[in-house]
Amino acid sequence: MKYLVPEDYYYTKDHEWAQVDENIVTVGITDYAQSSLGEIVYVELPEEGQKVGQNDTFGVVESVKAVSDLYSPVTGTVIEVNHAVMEEPATLNDDPSNDGWLIRIEMDNERELANLIRAPEYKTLIGKDKK
Amino acid sequence: MSNAKKTPLYSEHLRLNGRMVEFAGWNMPVQYAGIKEEHHAVRKAVGLFDVSHMGEIFVRGKNSFATLQWLTSNNIDNLKDGQAQYSLLPNKHGGLVDDIIVYCIKRHQEYLVCVNASNTEKDFEWMKNNNRDADIVNESLKWSQIAVQGPKAMPLLEDVFKQDLDAIPSFHFQKIEFQGYDTIVARTGYTGEDGAEIFLPNEVVVDLWHELLEQGEEYGVKPIGLGARDTLRTEKKFSLYGNEIDDTTNPIEAGLGWVVKLDKGEFIGRDIIARVKEEGPKRKLVGFKMLDKGIPRHGYNLMDLDGNMIGITTSGTMSPSLDEPIGIGYIKTEKAALGSEFFVEIRNRRVKALVVKTPFV
Repeated sequence: MKYLVPEDYYYTKDHEWAQVDENIVTVGITDYAQSSLGEIVYVELPEEGQKVGQNDTFGVVESVKAVSDLYSPVTGTVIEVNHAVMEEPATLNDDPSNDGWLIRIEMDNERELANLIRAPEYKTLIGKDKK
Repeated sequence: MSNAKKTPLYSEHLRLNGRMVEFAGWNMPVQYAGIKEEHHAVRKAVGLFDVSHMGEIFVRGKNSFATLQWLTSNNIDNLKDGQAQYSLLPNKHGGLVDDIIVYCIKRHQEYLVCVNASNTEKDFEWMKNNNRDADIVNESLKWSQIAVQGPKAMPLLEDVFKQDLDAIPSFHFQKIEFQGYDTIVARTGYTGEDGAEIFLPNEVVVDLWHELLEQGEEYGVKPIGLGARDTLRTEKKFSLYGNEIDDTTNPIEAGLGWVVKLDKGEFIGRDIIARVKEEGPKRKLVGFKMLDKGIPRHGYNLMDLDGNMIGITTSGTMSPSLDEPIGIGYIKTEKAALGSEFFVEIRNRRVKALVVKTPFV
């Protein structure tokens, strides 16, 4: 199985992606994550203005069968929430890397990006994760 | 997953892109195309389930009848040859060792007990330890099982077996030959749809699976994983052992009083179950829907509107048929009336829910 792994994104080992535009970080779940979860039927996201820490849970996605926590790739303040995916959770299956974005965070400290992994390393990780 | 057992259909599941998981010590497909799509295939057309992980325990000999009357809660005396019965194996405290289906092959001589995969060893030990001189044999590893379920299940099976199977009434079965082997075609299932469960020797299960897939094409047949098996049974509020029922749950509170025949004579756990029935259960298994956003899941707490604990969720999912969340749970009897409102605690949030009529679908 081939998964979409955009080269310019950062990744967490918990299968979130982070797209960095100066100090604004857009966060979503990876193609691999949506494929493993199956049909996503429910998304729970924080309120705008909420503080999140790196590796803190900021929300939940649920498939028909399972509940999965979402982990923040960086520390900062949630400045925008994708209400459209809460209304239409299947967007996460259809387009996890773009329209399926979840939140935008104003990042406190860009040095935290060093704790994330880049596309080649993430590809290796999901290669190993496969059974 | 290394030590998990493989059914004879294991390679078929891989070929069909089944996502394999370990369940009850077996490698089983949780889904192929997707839970929703598989779910709808069973409700609208026909689905194939590999249920070879289920246990087959035979009870034979002249004491088979007396032994099963002692071990099970339903009345074996109601069974004629070729008839099947949903039943329970109660323990001495009125809890449940398992829920089972008893197939009467030859009255007073031979019965097949189909048990949950997760309980096969436990049930076999329990039955042997409480045996009343029957010959009890665990033949689970020799037998495979395919469930064919959905409105198009019987037409498909008639094509494959070339026999008038629609003549088999619900909860009855027939021995039918397939490629020279005896199979048992039983009009039973776990989806609430029409269909059958076919017990057959491991040797011919792959061939039957292929025939069902090939001849089923015109009916829109699909292979179905454990994920959709669970959503299908949840919509019908069928109990899942380990969720709704276990060694500590009483059949009366679980809503299974209809398979407890107190007047049939002595059986294990009878007196305690009779007392619960007489006094009324302290809690009841109910179905509920959500009034606010959230999906109930196994183990979530239930609270009354004042925040007092009143119960627990046993199963919950997004219902593919209704496209809304549904839940099953135990609630204190005085709070369990139809139309009662309460809270489900979802990740420290209290989300309002409502006791509704079941089955949901």
